[in-house]
Amino acid sequence: MPVRTAFAAQIEHLQILDEHGKLDERLAQGTLTDEQVVFAYERMIDYRKLDEIAFTLQRSGRMYTYPQNKGQEAAALGSGLAMRKGVDFLVPCYRENAALFLHGLPPECIFLHWMGDERGNAIPSGVNVTPIAIPIGTQMLHAVGLAWAYKLRKEDRCVITYFGDGATSEGDFHEAMNFATTFNVPCVFFCQNNQWAISVPREQQTASETVAQKAIAYGARGIQVDGNDLFAVYKATTEARDRARAGGGITLIEAITYRLGDHTTADDARRYRDTAEVESWAAKDPMIRTRKYLESKGLWDEQKQAAAEEHGKAFAQDIVRKSEGIAKPEVREMFDHLYAEIPDELRRQRDTLRTHSLGLYPEQSGLAVSGRRGS
Amino acid sequence: MTQTAREIQFREALREAMSEEMRRDDRVFLMGEEVAQYNGAYKVSQGMLDEFGPKRIIDSPISENGFAGLAVGAAMYGLRPIIEFMSWSFSLVAADQILNNVPKMLYMSGGQWGCPVVFRGNDGAGGQLGSTHSWCVEGLYSNVPGVKIAIPSNPYDAKGLLKTAIRDDDPVFFLESERMLGDKGHVPAEEYTVPFGEAALRRQGDACTLVSFGRPVNFCLEAADELRKTGIEVDVLDMRTIRPLDIESIIRSVRKTGRVVVVDQCWPFASVASEVITQVCERGFDYLDHQPLRVNTEDVPTPYAKNLEYAYLPNKEKIVAAVRRTLA
Ligand SMILES: Cc1ncc(C[n+]2csc(CCOP(=O)(O)OP(=O)(O)O)c2C)c(N)n1
Ligand SMILES: [Mg+2]
Repeated sequence: MPVRTAFAAQIEHLQILDEHGKLDERLAQGTLTDEQVVFAYERMIDYRKLDEIAFTLQRSGRMYTYPQNKGQEAAALGSGLAMRKGVDFLVPCYRENAALFLHGLPPECIFLHWMGDERGNAIPSGVNVTPIAIPIGTQMLHAVGLAWAYKLRKEDRCVITYFGDGATSEGDFHEAMNFATTFNVPCVFFCQNNQWAISVPREQQTASETVAQKAIAYGARGIQVDGNDLFAVYKATTEARDRARAGGGITLIEAITYRLGDHTTADDARRYRDTAEVESWAAKDPMIRTRKYLESKGLWDEQKQAAAEEHGKAFAQDIVRKSEGIAKPEVREMFDHLYAEIPDELRRQRDTLRTHSLGLYPEQSGLAVSGRRGS
Repeated sequence: MTQTAREIQFREALREAMSEEMRRDDRVFLMGEEVAQYNGAYKVSQGMLDEFGPKRIIDSPISENGFAGLAVGAAMYGLRPIIEFMSWSFSLVAADQILNNVPKMLYMSGGQWGCPVVFRGNDGAGGQLGSTHSWCVEGLYSNVPGVKIAIPSNPYDAKGLLKTAIRDDDPVFFLESERMLGDKGHVPAEEYTVPFGEAALRRQGDACTLVSFGRPVNFCLEAADELRKTGIEVDVLDMRTIRPLDIESIIRSVRKTGRVVVVDQCWPFASVASEVITQVCERGFDYLDHQPLRVNTEDVPTPYAKNLEYAYLPNKEKIVAAVRRTLA
């Protein structure tokens, strides 16, 4: 009996805008307009400034902890632009701020969240974004459920879920991929492979040569893109979205990028990363190539750069003002939103602060009198 | 021999316990997220990779269910795994392994295959980490027969209990607190262990019995100091392990004081505090001069905001008020 090939597969890597700002015109066709690229570049400047200011806020004790997005803006913006605002749904982890902002999430929500306030996760209605997911990997299954609901309700909408390279080691990833493909739901899996999961390098996370190839085992399509290339990310996501919407199947996009900053402000990546490695990736920074490209097309110059940076600074300061201007929650608010309808017992506790341990005796905590405590 | 006045941090005490046991027994290894290269997310395993090498100090992919289950198999084949959960909150991902397999392996295999794994990591709120990252698992997990649960309140016990845990033939859940890792305390250089099931009497008095375990023991000590200022002396019992529970010591104390307040950093409903109070009622009802009280958290998820989290947790003021109430 001759041995035959039961299955063969390969993974493509898509790059359209290289790190020197050179565009592959043929591949770029039908992707982003000049206007969109200028818009995206301006947002990169804004959001990078926001990242920087978050870092300084944390250092001065005004932010609890914060995961910088630095270096991954093209992945978030390119994919965010490919999804339809107000129609499609974004199911994030915590390192794709730009996509969430594009879809209408007020940046002060993200700041408020990282300042240590759950109200930051109270997403304004009409914004199709789920709360930040702290337990790694859990959100991917929610995304599949959301997409399944769209399918059952026969709505022409699509879900994109974001996760890191590290998250692909959780069972949730595999179960989500398996459900998504067997149920054939309109969902796009977007992995930001930034090479690191805290101090664990990608090679230690999985023995697969690519993350994208994991798709194949589940009957999905896998594609690797240059995640610092706005065009490639946009193109791959648009195609994946259209394919999913048409019932054509699931795509796992592996965006190759790099976490230029620390894991969070609680981390110091210099302890485990090579300076040479960081420098080589710094040269591939999406902002550098996008700017070069815009300049080569005559769409950008020093003056515009200066103006955009001013705008970015003002934008970031405005977000700080907004998020810090929000009054601290009242102690009584801890009883809110636990059940769809507050049970009588909790209502009584909330209204009187005469709870089990808190204010059963008003002198107990010093809290019951005003219901507030400064921090 | 004179006692050395050596003071070390809680995290160092944990590290010493693991390192000493690893030198003593080459079946012991440590696995978890960030334990090796990074020296531990909270620097508990600092330097252990250098000493023991990558075969025994193992960085895991982000797969809690994976490494918990792998430890079960390794233990069945004679190894002595120490599994670090970066946070016990993330052990929920591994619930099937640690609750549905680990505690039952010996039982279901007719006594053939035990599961001598130590699962350890940060437990409890207070670090403003939000509700999904602030779990106190002792309430939930102590409901399960087949596991032992150790929960030290100071560096001395941390080291002694962890050594006992590693040598134990049964699975042990070892609950630490991120908030205490930097706490310093006396830890002798000489070898010692702390046995399971023996509470420590931290303060003595006959007005009331304060029962606690883990971090809130320290709040009880603060409360005891505060109460002493007004002439109220209380017994403070640090349980040190929840399973086994040293109920004898509690009953002995209640017999003396006639009053008991249990301080527990978990939710009140079906908590360890509920269990302690039930047992006190079952076995020491006649000694009681006041109904038993408990100080738990509020019955809501751990709030993220600082002022709410503070109000949610047990603290000195709440304990003092509860003790005063038993005396009123
Ligand atoms: C279930 C669970 N386990 C562990 C953690 C701790 N943790 C937080 S972020 C992180 C690394 C995630 O890496 P990756 O998925 O690559 O995302 P990145 O941070 O690189 O964007 C870990 C292990 C967690 N939050 N949840
Ligand atoms: Mg990563």
